[in-house]
Parts: sequence; structure tokens; C-alpha cells
Amino acid sequence: MAFLLGKTELPRYLRVEQGRVEAAARACGLDFFPVVFEMLAYDQMNEIAAYGGLPVRYPHWRFGMEYEQLSKSAEYGLSKIYEMVINNTPSFAYLLEGNSLTDQRMVMCHVYGHVDFFKNNFVFRSTDLDAGERVLAAAPAGSDYAPNRKWIDKFANHAAAVRRIVERYGLEPVEAFIDDCLSLENLIDPYSRFLRRHRAEPVGEGEEEPLEVPRLEAKPYMEDFINPRDYQEEQRRRLERERDEQRGRFPAEPTRDVLAFLLAHAPLERWQRTVLGVIREEAYYFAPQAQTKIMNEGWASYWHSKLMTEHVADWAEMVDYAENNAGVMATSQGRLNPYKLGVQLFRDIEERWDRGQHGRDWEACDDLDEKSHWDLRRGEGRAKLFEVRALHTDVTFIDAFFTEEFAIRQGLYTYAYSRKTERFEIESREFVQIKQRLLGQLTNHGQPLISVTDGNYGNRGELLLKHEHHGVDLRRDYAEHTLRALGRLWRRPVLLHTALEGRPTLLRLDGGELRVEEASAP
Amino acid sequence: MSLRIDQDHTRFRSIVRGKIRDNLKQYITQGELIGKQGKGLVSIPVPRIDVPRFTFGERDAGGVGQGPGSPGDALGGAPGEEGQGRAGQEAGEHRLEVEVTLDELADLLGEELELPAIESKGKRRLATARDKYTGLRRVGPESLKHFKRTYKEALRRAIASGSYDPRLPLVVPQREDKRFRAWSSAEEPAASAVIVYMMDVSGSMGDEQKELVRIESFWIDTWLRRQYKGLESRYIIHDAQAREVDRETFFSTREAGGTMISSAYQLCARLLQDHYPSEEWNTYLFHFSDGDNWSMEDTLSCVTLLRGALLPRINQFGYGQVESPYGSGQFLRDLREHLGQEPRLVTSEIPDREGIVQSIRDFLGRGR
Repeated sequence: MAFLLGKTELPRYLRVEQGRVEAAARACGLDFFPVVFEMLAYDQMNEIAAYGGLPVRYPHWRFGMEYEQLSKSAEYGLSKIYEMVINNTPSFAYLLEGNSLTDQRMVMCHVYGHVDFFKNNFVFRSTDLDAGERVLAAAPAGSDYAPNRKWIDKFANHAAAVRRIVERYGLEPVEAFIDDCLSLENLIDPYSRFLRRHRAEPVGEGEEEPLEVPRLEAKPYMEDFINPRDYQEEQRRRLERERDEQRGRFPAEPTRDVLAFLLAHAPLERWQRTVLGVIREEAYYFAPQAQTKIMNEGWASYWHSKLMTEHVADWAEMVDYAENNAGVMATSQGRLNPYKLGVQLFRDIEERWDRGQHGRDWEACDDLDEKSHWDLRRGEGRAKLFEVRALHTDVTFIDAFFTEEFAIRQGLYTYAYSRKTERFEIESREFVQIKQRLLGQLTNHGQPLISVTDGNYGNRGELLLKHEHHGVDLRRDYAEHTLRALGRLWRRPVLLHTALEGRPTLLRLDGGELRVEEASAP
Repeated sequence: MSLRIDQDHTRFRSIVRGKIRDNLKQYITQGELIGKQGKGLVSIPVPRIDVPRFTFGERDAGGVGQGPGSPGDALGGAPGEEGQGRAGQEAGEHRLEVEVTLDELADLLGEELELPAIESKGKRRLATARDKYTGLRRVGPESLKHFKRTYKEALRRAIASGSYDPRLPLVVPQREDKRFRAWSSAEEPAASAVIVYMMDVSGSMGDEQKELVRIESFWIDTWLRRQYKGLESRYIIHDAQAREVDRETFFSTREAGGTMISSAYQLCARLLQDHYPSEEWNTYLFHFSDGDNWSMEDTLSCVTLLRGALLPRINQFGYGQVESPYGSGQFLRDLREHLGQEPRLVTSEIPDREGIVQSIRDFLGRGR
């Protein structure tokens, strides 16, 4: 690849291996984009990892920081990046020079799992591009699905654009602006690519259409009883009031794509708009991966183990392979490992659907003994897996398939910080709590739900954001800094409605001064 | 091979450098850097540079984990075991360990305290010869053959003589085509320096006083090492008697006896005379004490020693007086009274850790 310096082409013996792995993957039913493997030295690997996998990025110090940390921990032997793969057509994947053949085989198998996932999981459709490199509206795919995802090029173009801007306006102001934009990077609406949050208002002329008050269907003689007149009148007034309020409101409905709102309405200069646009597009590119972390890694791990043990590895390699695999699956210090959780859940699903352990009869059965011997010999496991990998994200994946039996078998628990002992402690092994906590952490891929509710707050051109509080406070110091970044973009006072320590709170930044006010309940 | 990311990496390093410079005074007073020295590298904890976002605090959010243990147990540890890792890691999360070279650190110190570069006095007199490849010549040993230039010459000759055939681009160098690397010797001025640290280890010097000296000498070392290529440090401790010790002992010894400062100056003068001729060495002397000398008589013999044997042959004599609950601090006053006019004598008071920065400035601010 022209982006990489030096020789990165795969040596012949690995090209042969790639052919074997690819054939085995295809035989198992995986469906993937073409994959190009590159062989990298460890410093190149660290570089690309610091760039988030894309070989060319716009200039920014945080990539340098990532690089420093990665190369440090590689130097000290604390960590090693085995593999990286990019959602791109063709998909690029990187192998680390000097790894053993067993490692390289395992990585290749793992990569084909990922690429199958990129191609088939629905959220990744939001990264399809048209010929002009614009992001397409996501659409259901046919069998001849061959999208354009030339994101490596797109990121390189972004880099070139930002570099041009830096040349013209100087590094410091551009970097400071990028810092501000990155602070807001997570304020996007990943699902917006799949649904229309609100209907476009028909722009009509002349008289406004009269409001239609919904009514229940009733025979004429029952009309007055089923749809009482004064109730209907009340409803009409309420709808009118809402319409009037909406008319004055800006934005008409709260929007979670704060970046888009700023792009459209913040007083930005042209170059700033370009930079913000770049950062927003890149944030949307990475969103599907954040939404499917557990599934994606689980799926790839499921397949590397299947392919390695059944098709690719020699008997002589099994011990080495098992050791590596155990390393990947290890949990450290009681933390959750997405690779492990994902692969175990996929295997659980496969077994349950093979044995028919689902549906009404299964749910209704409360005889443990019967349940443990339950086997209807359905053999639908594999088919179910392929369906799941296409139609779910982490949230729905956990919601639909995370069962109590699974939680117990895997030894899961919730933990919390104890102020008394000043450490993290195991909190509970209750299934309901575990599942709730998991789902809570995966909702909006772990980011707080924040939307723009008013771009003209108090009729003073102030910007009001609202945080939907679900029991966990925002980190206070970060929230303040982020608000300051937002203030620099909006150039008018900015406010955040949230809750701190159980009280509705309004953080208000006005000309560099931050005030914390008690707010009325939302 | 240069990497694309080098630019970002350099930028990050320069941001870190700025952070270190901003906090340098704090690092100086805390003295925590000294323990983190490796080979020419210091690892410095700087506040983590991060992009702030609207996000949840981990302490508030908690999480889901996997493994053995029952409710109430510390995460990732056996029951009752100290909460390993996570709690500690969280505190450490905001810190970033950055390694900088001692040279870099010295530059930062110089920038922050506005220290002048030192005018070396030994430079002109001492020089070493260094060989450097500077050009080409037509004869020489095969091992120094310059392949590229030789090939070029051969190619030129081949083309000129018409024997070059582009379809069979075979070029055979002959004897007259050969080019060899040639070197020349350059005289390079070499400046070397010696620092002699002297410290009062009598009973009145407590641990905190010694810590002040330790911190200050670290920074003096760092700065002077940046200025001179070969720097030697010698250490002398004294109570009523003086002896030369190694660095380790210097900072750890504690005696109970009285104080005769002249003993140290005497030993120092002998040391310089025996090992460090003044025309070859830049000499720096630093003496730290709480200023409580045994007698006025001894103080006067100190003054005589300084005036006669030490000051004429050195770059600078620094006297640093640390404050201790027992010391009278009289020695400083005496020095100022008798030798106040001497340009090579610098006195400085170090009342506490905050005073270290000013004291470094006193000692190193003269560019001597």
C-alpha cells in the first residue's frame, strides 16, 4: 500500500497461508470483503494503532501520545499488538513481523471473522460511501452486496485537507480548535443513519391545516360516550399549545447530533467548518465498532478458534495455539474481557439453538433437571449465529441472549467503588443487576445521552444542552472543560442541564465564568 | 526509518515539555525526580494530557466483572487482600510517566530559571584531536572504498570511452576509478569540570536539611553536566574532621560531633592540588552547612583558606546555608563580612524546600 513506507508485502509462505485460511473461512459460510494483509515491523504497527488503524490521519498530538504509550508498553514487554483490521474495501489487516507461524495463522483466522462481521452486520452499513465519497443513507443489502468503503482514502483526504488548513492558518489555532472539536466528538447520534427521528415538515403555503384530534372509532350513537366532547376539546387545546411552542423552538425537536447542529448553526469560519465536518465524519465511521465491540470480537474469536482447531492448524501447533488463545481470552483483575464474553455468548446461543433451548416451552419449564437434559436436536445453532451477527448490536445482543444461566456459568458480578474502603469491590451476583449494569454501559455505547434542546435559550442566543440522567453523574471536571470547549465554538453562553448528586443542576458558562445553579426538575 | 507519526510524536513531546516546564518549580521542591533516575533518563510524572468529554466517572458508574469472589471482596484480589490494581490505578490514571533525558531537563531548568550559559575557563587550554571523514582521495585501503563514488567514476569513464552498453549495463571499475574516504583530524576543545560537594554532617544537621542538600545538588549536577562533557563529582563530609566519601555515604552519614569547617576546606584544597590542576579543570565547590561553626578562630582560618588556597583557582565557591532548629547561622554572616567583595564567592540561604529554586538561581545565575 502506497501509504506505508518500506516493504510491507506479505512473504510468499504467508500468502499461501492466506489462501488456505480464506478457503476454509469460505467453506464455513463466512462472507467477507477481499482482505489485503500487510506485514509490519513493531514500530509501524504502533504507529498505525496510534492512528486508530488508518495509516494516514490529520496532524494531532494525541496520536503522538498514543504512539508514545504503545511503544513504551511494547518496549517493556507489557503489551503487544497482534492484529489490526480496518473496515474498508478491500479490508486491510496487519500482521506483526516476527510472530510465529501459529500466531500469524490465528490472526488471519481472526481477521476473516472481523471482515465477515464488517460486511454483514447491519450497523456497518452506515459506513457505505457513494462514488463521491459521501456517506450513503443506509439501505438493506441484496445478495450482491459490494459496497464502497474506501475509508482509508477518505481519511487520507481528510488529513490532506487539515494539513492545508494548518499551512494557511498555523498549527496552534488549528490544533486548539481540533482539541475543542474532539471534546465534543462523542455527541453524535449513531442510529440517525437508520431512521428518521422526525418527519420533515411539509412546507405549505396558505392556510395552516386544522389540527386533527385523534379519536377512537365508535358507532354514531356511542360517539359522545367514547369520545366525550370536553375531552376532545381539551386534547385539541393541548395539541395547539404544543404546536405553538414548537413553532418558536429551535431546534424544533431536541437533537442528539450536537456536532451537526453546531455545523449548521455555530458561528464558525469556513476552515473551522471543514475541520468540524472531518471530525464528525470520522466519529461516525468509528461508531459502529464501538456499538459492536463485544459481538465483533466475540465473532472473530469464535471463528479463529473454529478455523484453527478444525481446519488450519497442524496438530503440532495445538499447544502453542491454545496458549495464545488463552492469553486473548484471559480476564485480568476481574475485569470483563469483551473477547471472552462475546465468544462465550455466541457459543451459548449456538448450543441453545442446536438443542432447542428457547421459546415458550423452554421458558415455562422450571424443572432444573429437565432443563439440563433438554435436547430437541434442532441443529439450528449455526444458522442462528449467522442471523445474530447480522441483526444485532451489543445492546440488543445482550438484551436478547444474556440469560441467568449464562451469567451464573460465567461467574459474572457487578462491582462498585466503595468510599469506605477506597477500593473497587464486588457488589452483587444478582442476575437482574448484572444485566441492567451491562445494558446501561452499552446503551449509546457507553456515552451519556446528551442533546441540544434549545439553540436560543432565554431568547438570548444561548445554547442549552440536556443530559438525560440515568442514575450516573457526569464526571464533573471533564464536564466543565467540555463545556468550555463548547463555549468557544458557540461564542455565546452555553448551558448543560444535568443532575449532580441527585439534584437537577444547570451548569452555565458565561464569558469564561462557570456557574452551578440548581435547576427545576426536567 | 522515519515514521509518519514522528511529527505528531514530536508535537506531543513538546507539549509535555511545556507541562514539565510549567511545573518545574514544583518538581524541584518535591524532589521526587531524584529517585527516578535511570541511565541519563528521568521519568517524570506529568498530569495526564487528555481530551475532556462528557463522560461518566468510573467510580460512580461501577461495572461488570468476571471471576471468583463474593460481594464485598476487593476487585481482582482474594478476600481481604488489599484492593490491588484498580483503586491504585485509578489514582494513577491521571498521571502520565514521561521520560526525558537529563540534558533536556537541564535545558528546561535553564529556561525556567533563566540561567546563563557558563563561560568555561579551561576551553582554550585543553584540546583533544578527533578524526572525521571529510573528503575523498584516490588512494587508500579497500575497507574505506566509497562504492557509490567509485561506481560513478567508472560509469563516467565507460560512457566517455564508449564502452557502455545500455542493454548490458556492465560497469567494471578500474584502479583509477577508485575513490576512498579521507579524513582529517580536528582539534576539539574539551572542557572538563569537577564539582566538590562539602557538607556538614554534625549533629545539628537533620534529615530534612540533608534532603534539601540532596535535592539542590541534583539540580546543580544536572545543570553543570549539561555545560561540560566530562564532569566529576567529589564528596566531602565533615564534622570536626573531614573525609572524602562516595555519593551514597555523603547523603546518609550522620555524626554527632562538633563542627570545624576549616577541616573540610583543607581537605578540599589538598584534593584539588593533587588531582585537578586549575589550568585544566573548571572547578566548582559547594559547601552546605547550618552555619554553626565551632569557634570564631576556625571561621577565620576558613576565610584564610578560601582567600589564599581556594578562591584564586576555582570558578565558583557556593556556600549554601540550610536552616536548622539548632544552627545559629553565624558562618554565613562571617563569610559575608570577610569575603563579601569576592566575586567568586556566592552565598545563599535555603530556609526550606521553597527556597531551593531561589538558591539554585543564586548559585548558577552568574554564568561562571
